[in-house]
Amino acid sequence: MNLAWLLLFLPFAASLANQLVLKKTGLAPLVSVASALATFILAVMLLGTQGSAAFHWASIGDFHLDIGLQLDTLSTGMMLVVTGIGLPVHVFSLAYMKDDDGKARYFTGLSLFMFSMTGIVLADNFIMTFIFWELVGFSSYLLIGHWYRKPSAADAAKKAFITNRIGDFGFMIGILMLWGITGQLSFDKMKPGLEAFQCANPTIWVGVLSATVLCIFCGAVGKSAQVPLHVWLPDAMEGPTPVSALIHAATMVAAGVYMLFRVQFTLGCEVFQQLPASDVIAWTGGITALLAALMATQQDDIKRVLAYSTLSQLGYMVMAVGFVAGDAGMFHLFTHAWFKALLFLGSGAVIFACHHQQNIWQMGGLMKTMPLTTLTFAAGCAALIAVPGTSGFFSKELILDAAYQAGSPLFWVGAFVAVLTPFYMTRLFVVAFLGKPRSDHAAHAREVGPLMLVPLAVLALLAISSGYSFLNRFAPALPHHAGEFHFNLVAGVSMAALVIGVVAGWRLYAGKDHDPICIPLLRERFKFDWFYDTILIRYFQDLLASIIHFFDEFLINGLLVGGLSRSAEGFGNLFRRVQSGSLQGYAFVFGLGVILVIYFTVFI
Amino acid sequence: MATLNDYLLVSGLLFAIGLAGVVLRRNIIVVFMCLELMLSAANLTLVAFSRFHPSHGLPDYNGQMLVFFVITVAAAEVAVGLAIIVALFRARQTIHTDDLTSMRG
Amino acid sequence: MPSYLFWLFSAVMLIGGGAVIALRNPVASALAVVTCFVGLAGLFVGLSAFFVGVIQILVYTGAVMVLFIFIIMLLNLQDEAKRAKPMTPILAGLGLVVAFVIQLLGVLARSPDTVAPALDQATLAESASALVNSGSIAASGKIATALNAGRLPDVHLIGRALFTDYNLPLQILGVILLVATVGCVALSKKTNPSD
Repeated sequence: MNLAWLLLFLPFAASLANQLVLKKTGLAPLVSVASALATFILAVMLLGTQGSAAFHWASIGDFHLDIGLQLDTLSTGMMLVVTGIGLPVHVFSLAYMKDDDGKARYFTGLSLFMFSMTGIVLADNFIMTFIFWELVGFSSYLLIGHWYRKPSAADAAKKAFITNRIGDFGFMIGILMLWGITGQLSFDKMKPGLEAFQCANPTIWVGVLSATVLCIFCGAVGKSAQVPLHVWLPDAMEGPTPVSALIHAATMVAAGVYMLFRVQFTLGCEVFQQLPASDVIAWTGGITALLAALMATQQDDIKRVLAYSTLSQLGYMVMAVGFVAGDAGMFHLFTHAWFKALLFLGSGAVIFACHHQQNIWQMGGLMKTMPLTTLTFAAGCAALIAVPGTSGFFSKELILDAAYQAGSPLFWVGAFVAVLTPFYMTRLFVVAFLGKPRSDHAAHAREVGPLMLVPLAVLALLAISSGYSFLNRFAPALPHHAGEFHFNLVAGVSMAALVIGVVAGWRLYAGKDHDPICIPLLRERFKFDWFYDTILIRYFQDLLASIIHFFDEFLINGLLVGGLSRSAEGFGNLFRRVQSGSLQGYAFVFGLGVILVIYFTVFI
Repeated sequence: MATLNDYLLVSGLLFAIGLAGVVLRRNIIVVFMCLELMLSAANLTLVAFSRFHPSHGLPDYNGQMLVFFVITVAAAEVAVGLAIIVALFRARQTIHTDDLTSMRG
Repeated sequence: MPSYLFWLFSAVMLIGGGAVIALRNPVASALAVVTCFVGLAGLFVGLSAFFVGVIQILVYTGAVMVLFIFIIMLLNLQDEAKRAKPMTPILAGLGLVVAFVIQLLGVLARSPDTVAPALDQATLAESASALVNSGSIAASGKIATALNAGRLPDVHLIGRALFTDYNLPLQILGVILLVATVGCVALSKKTNPSD
């Protein structure tokens, strides 16, 4: 267990040291990378261990708060993913952020993020999860806003933070409701409380628990960027690309899914099967997957395509949780983490080589100039579009299978998304890497250095192979027949979808210099941002703001604060009038007092 | 023969006149005189009680002692008070109380 | 004192008092105070307080009121200029006085009335022997002689009380008068700006 505590606090120590001591020295990146390496080694050493340790933190009446770590297959597997992505990203960042002025700040944020993420993964109770949940949001805010002088980055950071707050509010209510139901906050003590609650309230427990789960799901909707709170994730691409790879593709956005699965795991799958909330979760995931994939087909920014693709894949995972096939979702999380981190780092390399040009229509022909990067990117693409034999194929298959078993129409939604995914990835690959260079930057792009290539290569290997049993047994949760392949209807549909998507993408985009199709609705991202900006912010928020302003101005300021001061002032003025300075006035009051004294002493 | 209550009534009326003068008049010297009237009214009460409540068959001279002290202190008070009024008049050129409101808050 | 003298002096006193607040000229007010004090002195004498009556005339009328008039003359005060007098303070003051008078009548109505005890020769001789027996006066002293003769040795009795029982307050009174004198000098002194 000591190793686990070390694993938790090592990144924290690194970030503290970076921020407080090493800011000016240039050692900060090395410290962070060393801490990432050490945590990765620790995570590997902890693989397969079981146990928990907690120390008492605070008591409020009967309410006890512990800070504790829980080690089980789920958390150690997830730790491996987090540190396993974290290490290449740290190494990649060394090269990517080489010339950045805020390098120390960047690595501080990165280490802080690793600390927070470790906290979420290893937490053994909901309060601790929530604390680190917020810390993750905070470090994500720092990293998205790394280039804070750029207004769009600062706005994106704020947007991410605020959007997450909405979800977190629901999450907090959910945690409190769960505490109310079970009387416990620790994961492993919750089950008996829930069973007692079920016995005591045989009629309403389904509804109450559904509401609770939906509230908790709100947290996941925010953190895992599900519709309708998905809007922050594409904007979060304003951050440095390695951050996008680590936080907004592989780990933090997966935290929502991880937490959902943790809840499912804790409360029991059979309970979830009876909850209407599961359907809501599944549909939310399915709709997110569909909408995000549609939006991805019309994006020109390489990172935004990947961001929407991440949304879409997260939708798959959430859908799997909704079908009470959370192990399939976690498996997809496991494989997706590698190949999406790879794709993001690959795009980072491309962007780096093209002097921060992110528009794919300004790239092209990169295969000739950056062959190794292209190769690794292709491997990531293959995994993402679920080419048979790659890791993505196995995991996506399991989710579609779960949808099929559930007999839900979401299976066909998933299948359609499986068409869209190869379509937009083919578009991206064809436009950015094949054909002729469309700008000077693309023409003069050069292969990146080994500090970037090595992480790419490692991740590429993992992207291809992580579905197979020699690697997938490290996954946080593993369905029974992971890594096996049986040809059935689901596999057939999925392969057909792959072929249709790739062929359509190739036919439409090969050799084109500009986008042959233009669907404004998709480009405008289904007008979600427009809706939030104009309707919600202008009307709803302004209305709310004016109400709050009214309260603040009139009730708080006018009545409470101003009222106190005004009443003091009024009394003062009243008594000031008594201080007339008039001799006769004083004499009169004095005489009046004497008469009153006589009256009270003699006549009463 | 006048009874005790007759004396008390007369002294009370004199006190009331003094009080009315203090409250109503605006000339500070007249106000001061009215204060003297009120003191004298109190003196009358003291002497009346001393006469109507004898000790050893004689008037109670403790009451008259008090009157003696009151008169003496009143004389001193008048001296100081008039000196103050003179100083006030030098400073303000008025002894009208409506004009002397620098204590107004 | 016969009743008519009591009412006469009372009337002089009250009319004088009324004139103090009714007259507009401060000098007239001061003279009204003198009138009032003369009536008051008559009442004192009627109460057998001859010494107090005399010093009322000597000190108050003779010294204090002369001082008042002197100051009025010094300040060269004119008649009070006609000012627009607001009615509210006047009515309030009158209300206060009326309330006081009503209370006075109420108090007097419920307090027991007494007549003055006699001060004839028998009573005085009896009190003289009582005083002699208690050892506070000498049997052949002026006080005892006067009492036995049926006279009230008012000044002697007051003097005796003043220099025996009230000696310490008398000394303090002397100090107070000294302080008042010094204070008056300090106040009246023209302050030189260069000091």
